[in-house]
Amino acid sequence: MLERYFTAASTYAHSIDHLFILIAVIVGFWLIVAEGMMFGLVFKFRARDGRPTQYITGDEKHLKRWISIPHFLVIVCDIVILAGAITVWYNIKQVLPAADATVRVIGQQWAWSFQLPGPDGVMDTADDIRTVGELHVAVNTTYHFELLSRDVVHSFAVPAFRLKQDALPGRTITGWFRPNRVGTYDIQCTQMCGIGHALMAGRVIVETQQAHAAWLLRNSGPAVAGLQSSPASAMDPAMTLAEARP
Amino acid sequence: MSATAKPIANTRSATGIPTARLITWWVIASEIVIFGGLLASYVMHRISHPEWAESASHTLTWAGAFNTFVLLTSSLCAVLAHQAADAHNGPKAAKFLRLTSLGGLIFLCVKAYEWTIDIREGFVLSSGGFWSFYYTLAGLHGLHVLAGMIIMLIVAADAAKNRELQRVECIGLYWHFVDIVWIFLFPLLYIAR
Amino acid sequence: MSTEVQHAEPGFFRKYLWSTDHKIIAMQYLFTGMAMAMIGGYFAYVFRMQLGFPNQYVPGYGIVTPGRYNALVTMHGSIMIFWVAMPVLIAAFGNFLIPLMLGCDDMAFPRINRLSYQIFLLSVLVLLSSFLVKGGPFGGAWTSYPPLSASGAYNLTPIGATLWLLAVALEFVAFLLGGINFTVTTMNSRAPGMKMYDIPILIWMIILANVIFMASVGPLIAGAVMLLFDQTMSTGFFDPTRGGDPLLWQHLFWFFGHPEVYVVLLPAMGIVAEIIAVFSRKKIFGYKTVLYTAWAVGFLSFVVWAHHQFVAGIDPRMANIFSVTTLLISVPVTEMVFLYIATLYGGSIHLDTPMLWALAFIAEFMIGGVTGIFLGSSGTDIYLHDTYFLIAHFHYTFVPIAIIAVFAGLTYWYPKMFGRMLNETLGKIHFWGTVIPFNVIFIPLFITGIAGDQRRVYDYAQFAEQSRPALQHLRTTSTIALLVMLSFQFVFLFNFVWSLRSGKSAGANPWRSTTLEWTVPSPPPHGNFAVLPTVYRGPYEYGVPGRADDFFPQDIPD
Ligand code: HEA
Ligand code: HEA
Ligand code: CUA
Ligand SMILES: [Cu+2]
Repeated sequence: MLERYFTAASTYAHSIDHLFILIAVIVGFWLIVAEGMMFGLVFKFRARDGRPTQYITGDEKHLKRWISIPHFLVIVCDIVILAGAITVWYNIKQVLPAADATVRVIGQQWAWSFQLPGPDGVMDTADDIRTVGELHVAVNTTYHFELLSRDVVHSFAVPAFRLKQDALPGRTITGWFRPNRVGTYDIQCTQMCGIGHALMAGRVIVETQQAHAAWLLRNSGPAVAGLQSSPASAMDPAMTLAEARP
Repeated sequence: MSATAKPIANTRSATGIPTARLITWWVIASEIVIFGGLLASYVMHRISHPEWAESASHTLTWAGAFNTFVLLTSSLCAVLAHQAADAHNGPKAAKFLRLTSLGGLIFLCVKAYEWTIDIREGFVLSSGGFWSFYYTLAGLHGLHVLAGMIIMLIVAADAAKNRELQRVECIGLYWHFVDIVWIFLFPLLYIAR
Repeated sequence: MSTEVQHAEPGFFRKYLWSTDHKIIAMQYLFTGMAMAMIGGYFAYVFRMQLGFPNQYVPGYGIVTPGRYNALVTMHGSIMIFWVAMPVLIAAFGNFLIPLMLGCDDMAFPRINRLSYQIFLLSVLVLLSSFLVKGGPFGGAWTSYPPLSASGAYNLTPIGATLWLLAVALEFVAFLLGGINFTVTTMNSRAPGMKMYDIPILIWMIILANVIFMASVGPLIAGAVMLLFDQTMSTGFFDPTRGGDPLLWQHLFWFFGHPEVYVVLLPAMGIVAEIIAVFSRKKIFGYKTVLYTAWAVGFLSFVVWAHHQFVAGIDPRMANIFSVTTLLISVPVTEMVFLYIATLYGGSIHLDTPMLWALAFIAEFMIGGVTGIFLGSSGTDIYLHDTYFLIAHFHYTFVPIAIIAVFAGLTYWYPKMFGRMLNETLGKIHFWGTVIPFNVIFIPLFITGIAGDQRRVYDYAQFAEQSRPALQHLRTTSTIALLVMLSFQFVFLFNFVWSLRSGKSAGANPWRSTTLEWTVPSPPPHGNFAVLPTVYRGPYEYGVPGRADDFFPQDIPD
């Protein structure tokens, strides 16, 4: 269902989508029943002269059932939903499948910057690749991300991956994703982080393994201009906005 | 309802608890949650920051201890005031209430002296996590002591004329609460290592 | 018998602005709340126009810059919750109805009551003053997460942020005073004969709401003090670089923030209960069960708060616990709703305007409720968190509560408050003109949310996937529906003012209800009851077998 509205480009996207459908079916059913019940009763018992109201306290056994049975059914439904919810959550947020590669994601007012280990595959070495606003990843590769923030709380969200995680200053939060669909997708910031919040956009570019390898080679070593992240360029939107602001 | 005459609502007591005492308990309850929240935050930080013990060692434990003693005795006076009020001896109750607020005054003076020393040594509100909590908690408590004193003197003024004696008990309850809060603050701020 | 001392008729100031009469204080809260509702609605109009027609001139406002947008959204949210929902639902209805429904002449502590409103008014002025200061009002969202909210360098509204914090703190104090007064009055000042389970459900709900509020707001008041010091005295409570913890604020805020939503839900539920009973001429189905579910909701509301923080960086294992409690809380709420629906069974239902509003409340709230389940299940919340799906969810709960249920209550008690009936026809026009557009506003927002629209964004131009024309159409639809809804509010305002003079006079008990407030003249005189009543039975004795009248007032001896 969600795919109709948003492409799914990571391995766990579908598990979330299916959970969504499961819940939609269950609560949808109940919603229709409840609404139908309500409007049905309003129509059936609309005021008609010569028809007195019945004196019902709600303690009558045969009527109580109408509350107690749904009560237990709803608990059952909740348990079903929970089973699905926790499984999905567990697989996405609680376990870390072995990583093929790592990427560091840094949020700051108001831009995303990224650090990939160069060809040597080790973070914080000379050949690291730093980019601003553009994250290059290879398809069918399991990535661990280290999420940090330089200033306020941001939230790293890639809707196409069904990925969302707040970035907190002073902590490094680790998570994972595995793109399974070549293409270019939005990166959002979904946590209010100041006047540039709406401008804190980025793109994640999922390339074929070869294309990505080539890209790594092109950009490794002392980073290429334009991709080099200088705080200034990162802060740019901030500056312009701060001036634009009344 | 003219401000002078009490509404009948005020004179009823469906629970059997006098309205004045009832509202005092509710006020205390809501205060407990406020201090509870602050204390809980402090304790959680304290656990995750063992290094704060070093800062804590700079607090004047003897002053804190003395203040504890002062508050406890003042609470005793509050109890005596309550007894006097029950015996419908307004003037006597007033006397004890004034003694109680004297205790509060001594407490605040000691605090002031204490803080001047802390500040002289360069420990201010923004000198780091521990000190922020130290001043915030003690400051909030100090404000309650001050408020308690003022209300107490007003109540005493009435009581001396044998008016509104039921308030003597209420302000007493409040004072015990302020006292108990300090009983929690003292070990957590001064002694805990 | 009222022992009230006779004194000369007080002047306007003493009578309306300095009064200790619970009915006057109720009106003060009501009209302040309505004024704030219009301000909050105006803000919604402005930023929805920006979303519907990006970066165009908004009639009646101008161009919406990013900073202004954030401020508008923040103020809209804060105002609607703290300065509309709470004052109208709890303070206005509570002040007006508690003494009347309990059969006493006033609140137990009238002067504390007056003080409560004065502090509330002060909080309003402090909040509004932030529109005049340099940098403008706070724009860091009503959740006010530090470090953003803690430092002017980050939020660019140093003064506005502090004023917002002060205003909220003052509002809390006002409602603590008011709430304690309500609770004491209800515990002690009931009419002789009114036992615990003879109290109308609305009063129960308001008291429960106050107790929940009191028990949950304390930590946030403490947090507010810490945040204030972080802002003004350069402490580091929430500053990770100095041993502080930003998450602490989130916990303190949501430990209050979640119970708060039930604080406003319960009084609304109470209003609806009263109205459903009267207009279907039925006893509430399982009066005690309703109270049990309400207690269950109140209790559970304290153990679900972290469902707002699933992806906020808390220990992922915690999410599971809170997912369970969150779905658990849906059970008592569900049961309460079902009990209300069951009350309709076997009744003789009159669809007057108040009843229409009450039924609309149930119908719409259920949609808001079930969408909460999607958010409560941690798995789906990863995707839906802070999207417009969430926005739609809580507007499908809040609007029924703060707008629909309030209109239900207003139309129902208007005769008692002002002694005249509202115009039915205008009332029905206003009803349909509000409820239909309401759905057209927010159903599209569910879809944009599922399609990835994140909240607090003034313009989606930056985001290729959100710039799809289809989504913009939905946003525009929603905005246009809002324009319709707002324009219909003038029907209400006109009806409200016009009926004050020209409505047909109501008489003491126009709806033929059983509760005590309908035994006194409308509007109730100073001191309420000429002879203080005694209570002989429960509040919902309709259609009692073997009686000529189909209703049996609480104060008539058998
Ligand atoms: C008064 C308002 C109100 C009410 C009553 C509720 C009620 C509920 N809310 Fe909501 N909520 C908000 C106001 C409210 N909420 C607000 C303002 C926010 C956002 C704050 C912010 O971030 O700005 C929010 C956010 C919010 C979140 C956080 C989402 C996120 O930030 O990612 C969650 C997650 O669990 C949630 C869940 C629920 C649930 C499970 C209920 C339940 O109580 C609902 C129970 C009701 C029903 C279930 C309907 C009736 C039942 C049936 C028709 C039968 C069928 C049901 C089943 C089979 C289960 N809400
Ligand atoms: C009680 C709560 C409440 C109410 C009623 C509303 C009402 C409305 N809200 Fe809002 N809203 C919030 C609480 C509420 N809201 C909160 C908490 C947020 C989050 C803020 C944040 O992110 O920080 C939010 C955010 C929010 C957003 C998201 C903005 C963003 O994230 O970028 C949007 C977008 O469309 C929106 C729209 C609306 C609309 C169209 C209405 C319409 O229903 C409004 C219609 C207006 C009226 C009906 C008023 C008319 C007044 C009268 C007729 C006087 C008489 C009235 C009474 C007596 C009550 N609201
Ligand atoms: Cu960064 Cu919003
Ligand atoms: Cu919640």
